[in-house]
Amino acid sequence: MAVDTEPSSEQSGHRADSLGTPLPRGVAGRARPARGGEFWWWLFMRVSGIVLLFLAVGHVLIMHLGGSGVERVNFGFVATRWQSPLWRTWDWLLLSLAILHGINGLRVITLDYVRRPGVRLTINGFFTIVGLVLFALGTIVVVTFDPSKWPGVIK
Amino acid sequence: MADRQTRRRDEGYGRLYRGSREGQWSWVLHRVTGVVVILFLFAHVLDTAVVGWGPAAYDRVVSIYKNPVVQFLEWILVAAVLYHAFNGVRIMIVDFWPRAARRHRELSYGTIGVFVAVMIWVSIVMLPRVFR
Repeated sequence: MAVDTEPSSEQSGHRADSLGTPLPRGVAGRARPARGGEFWWWLFMRVSGIVLLFLAVGHVLIMHLGGSGVERVNFGFVATRWQSPLWRTWDWLLLSLAILHGINGLRVITLDYVRRPGVRLTINGFFTIVGLVLFALGTIVVVTFDPSKWPGVIK
Repeated sequence: MADRQTRRRDEGYGRLYRGSREGQWSWVLHRVTGVVVILFLFAHVLDTAVVGWGPAAYDRVVSIYKNPVVQFLEWILVAAVLYHAFNGVRIMIVDFWPRAARRHRELSYGTIGVFVAVMIWVSIVMLPRVFR
């Protein structure tokens, strides 16, 4: 019973979710997907949400609220921070999960507002490519970054 | 055109979700804040990637974030992340513990209460940087 997160597809008389399961009358929104790809995406959003609760909120606390916030962020700050495999792993996991969670979130939104399948496929294809490119770029940077190319920046 | 609009109305498109008053607003805010965060993430991956080009290039790019107007937008971004996080917890509570749905109104106001309390602290920390 996904009372809060899913959109309505209310019809006069009977209502059913996208998989054909009838919905009880008076329940707003779409039923929780019971199986198939949509179920796994539904579960992924919750599991990644729990992990992102710590990774993203922790990132905000450290980078935006701690110390003087972004005021102190410069090349030396990142180089010093990324000397630790913990922060490289943290940032890479945050990158991966946030992109997947966000791109799937956009896809769920297009299911509600973009009716024509061709247009929807084009929009989602575009965001998928953007997500893949940014994931690849971020992964390359976080893995290959080597501050020894610029001596003297690490305090 | 008229035919398409009629069909839209009949099939419920354009009047999405429609839960309780609290549920509807939290649903709208969850979507809006989610879109704000993913759109910022696209830019943020690009600006962070510049670190691979060395100190001169990276320090020039992150100087954008030290502009007061951008720091005000940063405050909005932090608000969006925190609302999405706290409301996400509320959604998971209702999803995995259906009995909690009976107390959905209290949960909604509790979420807003936690968000506002945390945002007061966030504002005390962040807003002086904007107006400095």
